[in-house]
Amino acid sequence: MSPQSREYTKVNKVFGPLIVVDGVENVAYGEVVEISLPFGENRLGQVLETQTSKAVVQVFGGTRDLDTKITSVRFTGEILKIALSADILGRIFDGLGNPVDGGGMIIPEKSPDIYGFSINPYAREYPRDSIETGISAIDGMNTLIRGQKLPIFSAAGLPHNILAAQITRQAKVLDQGEDFAVIFAAMGITHEEASFFIHDFQNTGALERAVIYLNLADDPAIERIITPRLALTAAEFLAFEKNMHVLVILTDMTNYCEALREIAAAREEVPGRRGYPGYMYTDLASIYERAGRIKGKEGSVTQIPILTMPDDDITHPVPDLTGYITEGQIVLTRDFHRKGIYPPIDVLPSLSRLMKGGIGTGRTREDHADVNNQLYASYAQGIKVKNLVAVVGEESLTDTDRNYLEFADRFEHEFVRQKTDEDRSFEQTLDLAWNLLSIFPESELKRIDREYIQKYHPVHRGGHHE
Amino acid sequence: MDERGCIIRITGPVVQAENMLGSRMFEIVKVGHEGLIGEIISLEKDIATIQVYEETSGLCPGESVQRTGISLSVELGPGLLGNIYDGIQRPLKEINLQTGDFISRGVSIPALNREKLWEFFPVEKTGMKVETGDVLGTVNESPGIIHYILVPPGVNGTLTWITDPGNYTVEDHIATIVTPGGERPVSMRQNWPVRIPRTFKEKLEPVEPLITGQRIIDMLFPITKGGTAAIPGPFGSGKTVVQHQLAKWVNADIIVFVGCGERGNEMADVLHEFPNLEDPRTGEPLMNRMVLIANTSNMPVAAREASVYTGMTIAEYYRDMGYDVALMADSTSRWAEAMREISGRLEEMPGEEGYPAYLGSRLADFYERAGRVRISGKTEKIGSISVIGAVSPPGGDFSEPVTQNTLRIVKVFWSLDADLAYKRHFPAINWLMSYSLYLGPAGAWWDRHVGPEWGSRMKRIMAILQKESELEEIVKLVGPDVLPEPDKLILVNAEVIRESLLMQYAFHPFDTYSNPEKQYRMVNMIFRYFDLATRAVKQGIPVERIRTMPLLSYLARMGRTPAEQDEQMFFDIERAMDEQFAALGV
Repeated sequence: MSPQSREYTKVNKVFGPLIVVDGVENVAYGEVVEISLPFGENRLGQVLETQTSKAVVQVFGGTRDLDTKITSVRFTGEILKIALSADILGRIFDGLGNPVDGGGMIIPEKSPDIYGFSINPYAREYPRDSIETGISAIDGMNTLIRGQKLPIFSAAGLPHNILAAQITRQAKVLDQGEDFAVIFAAMGITHEEASFFIHDFQNTGALERAVIYLNLADDPAIERIITPRLALTAAEFLAFEKNMHVLVILTDMTNYCEALREIAAAREEVPGRRGYPGYMYTDLASIYERAGRIKGKEGSVTQIPILTMPDDDITHPVPDLTGYITEGQIVLTRDFHRKGIYPPIDVLPSLSRLMKGGIGTGRTREDHADVNNQLYASYAQGIKVKNLVAVVGEESLTDTDRNYLEFADRFEHEFVRQKTDEDRSFEQTLDLAWNLLSIFPESELKRIDREYIQKYHPVHRGGHHE
Repeated sequence: MDERGCIIRITGPVVQAENMLGSRMFEIVKVGHEGLIGEIISLEKDIATIQVYEETSGLCPGESVQRTGISLSVELGPGLLGNIYDGIQRPLKEINLQTGDFISRGVSIPALNREKLWEFFPVEKTGMKVETGDVLGTVNESPGIIHYILVPPGVNGTLTWITDPGNYTVEDHIATIVTPGGERPVSMRQNWPVRIPRTFKEKLEPVEPLITGQRIIDMLFPITKGGTAAIPGPFGSGKTVVQHQLAKWVNADIIVFVGCGERGNEMADVLHEFPNLEDPRTGEPLMNRMVLIANTSNMPVAAREASVYTGMTIAEYYRDMGYDVALMADSTSRWAEAMREISGRLEEMPGEEGYPAYLGSRLADFYERAGRVRISGKTEKIGSISVIGAVSPPGGDFSEPVTQNTLRIVKVFWSLDADLAYKRHFPAINWLMSYSLYLGPAGAWWDRHVGPEWGSRMKRIMAILQKESELEEIVKLVGPDVLPEPDKLILVNAEVIRESLLMQYAFHPFDTYSNPEKQYRMVNMIFRYFDLATRAVKQGIPVERIRTMPLLSYLARMGRTPAEQDEQMFFDIERAMDEQFAALGV
């Protein structure tokens, strides 16, 4: 890369979020560009394509008011970097990393490239520490693990923010007293949504352990390409250099993907599904894969990206590609929300891929895996019976079927439903599960080891005193 | 090769350079000051288009491109087993030690350790005529795996010198072969271009099932040694778990696992778990018979495209020693997408859904490298490569091009089903959608080696499952109570099949693997139950009473006992069966 900065005025073309600059020399791919507008404003950009005497630049502030006469472009000779030090904790930045809380600039201890490098798979530590979120539908059914990336698949009008805030408030690991931090990256969400989080952090005292990056709905869409990468670079810094356990909330990834599509369209790239670029999988992976643990390092990066499924459609490219990269998903359903069940977690399609390594003896409780399995099987059967009843009525049901019907109902209202400030321990969640499962005769609990039935079934626990 | 090209354009992983006259298609080049590894993918006059296997940000037009004169190749020799490589065979463990936790650029570390000494035992004698594939000597690469040092492909002649037994590095000269083209020194290391299949004598028909220990696969949808299978499924349906299960338990000698564009934590899982797992046949750690290729989704996309070929070439190398090799590619869709991405940047005319028009032929070429073959060399030996490719269709829609093109080639289709996964019925292989074209040879093998009547019993099981789905349709319309009792029994029997045989809990220490003998006995037990239940219904006993027998929960737990307790367990179930049916009056 060429070390010094160079200035050019030959902006030849402005279209969508992009400009083409001619007559340039030695422009590096990915180089940062400062654009000076006719009225004195400055914007930031980045080189998307470079040729011997021509460069295509994406302008983060948008291309409004740019012209092809006066606008000048300075190539900085740098790739995108972020100034980091431990002082970022408690601060609020815009979507490009400039402070917006009235505080000073960060004096960098380190200025890493925001695109980062991939963690060597060999250097990864397999994540196994479960996080107790206090929410039964997560802890019992889809346990969150430190170092995991577990998105919330939501939809317009569902309380994903309330859920994310509750997780942030209540999340704890069994061995307490470690350094934690929360990084919140907003992409295209409203002021109202952002201030909900900031207030929640304030009220719980989490704000001083938080770093906030805000690209709001009225900020330039193209900046959203940068915002999550700033947040994750900061997260990696805090996790792997400052030994902190970092929880990163990225919201809303659907807006991020829209921005990606906008650039692809402007470049007239061959579109993939629904106009999103063919490389969206790779691009999303370069965000989501920045979660995990590293051997020999204390800290961890755990991600909870939030996305809204357009038209509640889980097969839409954004949730679809996300689900293929992340280690599971927490799916919210309008159905529960309408019934007044909070959190409206649709248990069946939800999944935590890392759960298996983080539960069981010495981690949560020995019966956790079996109970989880049984709850899933019984609830799925209950739903099947429910659908049947809708057509043929309850009269034709056998006693066994009735049990399943009752179970499904109580599962939704007693196990899934809880208050926004209700914090259940793993123990409480599992005991609650056993209470519900005791609706069935023991022979129906086929997924549970007989040893655990003897030990945890309410009948046997109190059984000796009868 | 000191002519240098000059970069004129950079767009993501695709770079164009001029002054490249004389360079060849698929030649490897070193791009820029950092010497990033790239491969030439198109040529026009003196301009070459290069896909770069490393991140290109910071690269400038004007930087140089150096030619190497060779195609993308892998190093083959002792030391592959137990190792983990990226998509272009760079050793990730060594990279980790030398450059830290994050993969930096321009790293150049040889795939095979140059210093490590291997004890070589010569087999051939000086003066013998040797041909491609003949065994020059052996090395004990890992406990239980003998690494045969072979005469490299295309080399035929007289062995004029072979070294004495002793310790040598992979670079050391161990033999000299005089060929019509001149003297040819041989070391324990070979290089082979990944995109070219290695040679063999003849392709053979599959005859023997690849035993996976996964009941639904072994019973209903078997794959053979040398066969090909695809596992498509939406996210969360358990593709990766099935792939991991197969990597752990199939009775192949060597496993090559290609993590192509998938999750880093999953590779960490493999690295964490496999060294602690024992091969059920040898008792050795499973890792000792395995080669891992890890090109996770955030690693450069061009290297992802190469990773499946890297894995396949390593698989062929061990096949050429006469081993049964199983190759898992997770996921071939990511490979296809890498092709699409590169093709898009080349501004090629897109085919279906933006994939290049050559998608089908690339997939076919890849799967055709599988098979059971007579290997080269003067001794008659057979080796095989079985390929199991995961497919990740967008939105779980199997009509998309990667799934469809794959299905045209593979012989086994394990269709994963989101609804089964939601119920935590794993493996979530949909028994109505899936198929295997190897039922003939597999059934014959089971009948001969494990026990009689296997093939016919499996047909009956399929018939029950098929009937269940028809009855379910009726139940949905009119409710279950109108069904005649024999039909109700079919529903219960299908449930028994699903819960006792088809469902298998991968993370349970014992249920995770059922050997053929155990599978056979489990099936015996189920058929014994079928007979008694049918008799009971004929006697007028209501099906609901059979449905609620505790016996059914015993059958559902058959897979979960440790091997040493199996005898007792089967005995207990048999007795319980007799007692409980007797109590009903049967």
